[in-house]
Amino acid sequence: MKRVISLLLEHEPGALARVAGLFTARGYNIESLTVAPTEDPSLARMTIVTRGTDAIIEQITKQLNKLVDVVKLRDLTEGRYLGRELMLVKVVANTADQRNDMQRLVDIFRGRVIDVTDSTYTLEMTGNSEKVDAFLEALAQVELIEVVRSGILGIGRGKQTLKA
Amino acid sequence: MILTGADIVVNCLKDEGVEYIFGYPGGAALHIYDAIYNQDAVKHILVRHEQGAAHAADGYARATGKPGVVLVTSGPGVTNTVTGLATAHMDSIPMVVITGQVPSGLIGDDAFQEVDTVGVTRPCVKHNFLIKDVNKIAETMKKAFYIASSGRPGPVVVDIPKDITAQKAEYHYPEAVRMRSYQPRTKGHVKMIKKGADLLLAAKRPIIYTGGGAVLADAEESLTKLVDILGYPSTSTLMGLGAIPATNPNFLGMLGMHGTYESNMAMHQCDVMLAVGARFDDRVTGDLSKFSPDARIIHIDIDPSSIGKNVRVEVPIVGDCKSVLEEMVRMLDGRTGEIDRPAIDQWWQSIKKWKSVDSLAYDMSDTVIKPQYVLQKLFEITRGEAYVTSDVGQHQMWAAQYYGFEKPRRWINSGGLGTMGFGLPAAMGVQLAFPDELVVCVTGDASIQMCLQELSTCLQYNLPVKIVNLNNQYMGMVRQWQEFFYDRRYSHSYMDALPDFVKLSESYGHVGLRIEDPKDVEDAIKEAVNMKDRLVFLDVITDPTENVYPMIAAGKGHNEIQLKPSDDILEERELA
Repeated sequence: MKRVISLLLEHEPGALARVAGLFTARGYNIESLTVAPTEDPSLARMTIVTRGTDAIIEQITKQLNKLVDVVKLRDLTEGRYLGRELMLVKVVANTADQRNDMQRLVDIFRGRVIDVTDSTYTLEMTGNSEKVDAFLEALAQVELIEVVRSGILGIGRGKQTLKA
Repeated sequence: MILTGADIVVNCLKDEGVEYIFGYPGGAALHIYDAIYNQDAVKHILVRHEQGAAHAADGYARATGKPGVVLVTSGPGVTNTVTGLATAHMDSIPMVVITGQVPSGLIGDDAFQEVDTVGVTRPCVKHNFLIKDVNKIAETMKKAFYIASSGRPGPVVVDIPKDITAQKAEYHYPEAVRMRSYQPRTKGHVKMIKKGADLLLAAKRPIIYTGGGAVLADAEESLTKLVDILGYPSTSTLMGLGAIPATNPNFLGMLGMHGTYESNMAMHQCDVMLAVGARFDDRVTGDLSKFSPDARIIHIDIDPSSIGKNVRVEVPIVGDCKSVLEEMVRMLDGRTGEIDRPAIDQWWQSIKKWKSVDSLAYDMSDTVIKPQYVLQKLFEITRGEAYVTSDVGQHQMWAAQYYGFEKPRRWINSGGLGTMGFGLPAAMGVQLAFPDELVVCVTGDASIQMCLQELSTCLQYNLPVKIVNLNNQYMGMVRQWQEFFYDRRYSHSYMDALPDFVKLSESYGHVGLRIEDPKDVEDAIKEAVNMKDRLVFLDVITDPTENVYPMIAAGKGHNEIQLKPSDDILEERELA
């Protein structure tokens, strides 16, 4: 089952390597991992998407908690949460037809065209993973040049917070 | 007080109360070595190989409970300590390892003797640090000692670039440190302890299974008290030996792959299991799908990730074994009347029947020395009170089986990682910690050659360790597995071209004795023990065909134990 784990860790060199190393050393799977500093520059926030049985997920959270640099951790999938992903797609857009079709699709999915050249469009799309996947499917007939996905960023709903 | 980084490091050690530091100098560590030269509060022990430094500090830590300290240089100095770090990490031994690093400006340039120390050591330490600011040395050192010795202990590496050790800063050693990201929980949840106590009282076929965590927590008193007031059978892992005295009538001996028949059968058939600081390692459980099918498990461990890792646990208790057991004893003390005595008596009857099989019996010989006999004699002569270190293999198992440990922290071996070469350097650390105690290194002809160079260190510091070398000219355990599982194809397990260990010891300035006749074993051990100020190397020529029994082959259940070469697997139903 897919799990979204959110953690706060000391913003120290090597902290990311400790988390990534733990997953490889113990044979756990990482679907996506994002990390960036928070409003408190001494802390970084990470969202990890992983899969495993309940027993494996329990071990993953316990092993992560054991890392000295990890301040706090929450399995967001245990409660209600919001997950968002950002995707950038560069597509071939040579003809007026191609450009019109593309603009329509982007409007339907509430994305944006963020760069235009004489032969390409670069599109920006934000949403939950299902929406981002659906947008990619809708582009099936289009010639894709590059696809970049951020991986999921997660946050608990309402009162469910993760603070140091 | 303004000091150089190097002086700060040494002052931190002094203020931390460090007695000995085990190390080997080299370029990146030279400022620190200079600071060591200028003081005499912290004594430096010069080993002959960095692996020896790590194992010696580890042995010191296991015997004393205090963190062992190591100082090595960058590059090969670090990589040579990695085996020692992994050994300590697997057995949760507190250590602080200070490593020199190339100057900050050269890091990443593939400088001479540069290695990514933090990267190389990360998977085999509890935590590691790279210090980039001379003002951070004292605080980082305090954190290193705190992390190493609190919670589930483990080794911590502190990597310091050479230029940082030359810069100056105000020295102040903090009394304590608080870390928002590291706050180990030591006190068990009272409700859970109560639930555990209730389950224990309801048991009809209970077993108390203890591990290295009980030793690390110094829980021996409350543990023995618990076993005594309940009158329940208890067993121990390789790492837990000594926490309950071997002569305690409730103690069934070691369990697991080479454990006693009664221990393994009691584990298999129990209805309630109390696991204390043990981690359900594969050498203990055998095939997990066959493991203790009826057991309702209570698990006490300071590391939450140990609980529920390999087996399902009904009552998890996260906390320090000592404080949890003390609380549990308080709860149980007035309630022993609730124990189902007839059921427990019946349980003991079954156990006695298993015990009567005498699973540690072996065939004695007049012509060739049986290794088990050597350990039995060593035990008798030293009354179970020596500090015994070992290497890894058959001799390690025989020591665990035949040397009855009466006290904790006396049995010092690499249980988790299984590191050959551990025994001799570990014995040096123990002997330094306890100069007046008898320290015996039980080893084999293959293992002893892995850190043999430390014989020289032993001479330099007058460490009168007694080495008992069970010499069967084989890597005995490898040979045993090849006999059982590879149709006697003894691929590279024969130790050809062995040195003359007697002459070798003499060349290092020690006493060497060779024993080949079973009649001479007892006198030779006595003679060695009586040479109080000399290292004595007993080269005991033993039966090369002897195997370690009982044995549960990998992937088998506790009830599928093999007692003798001729035995088919002895199943419980055949005995019933």
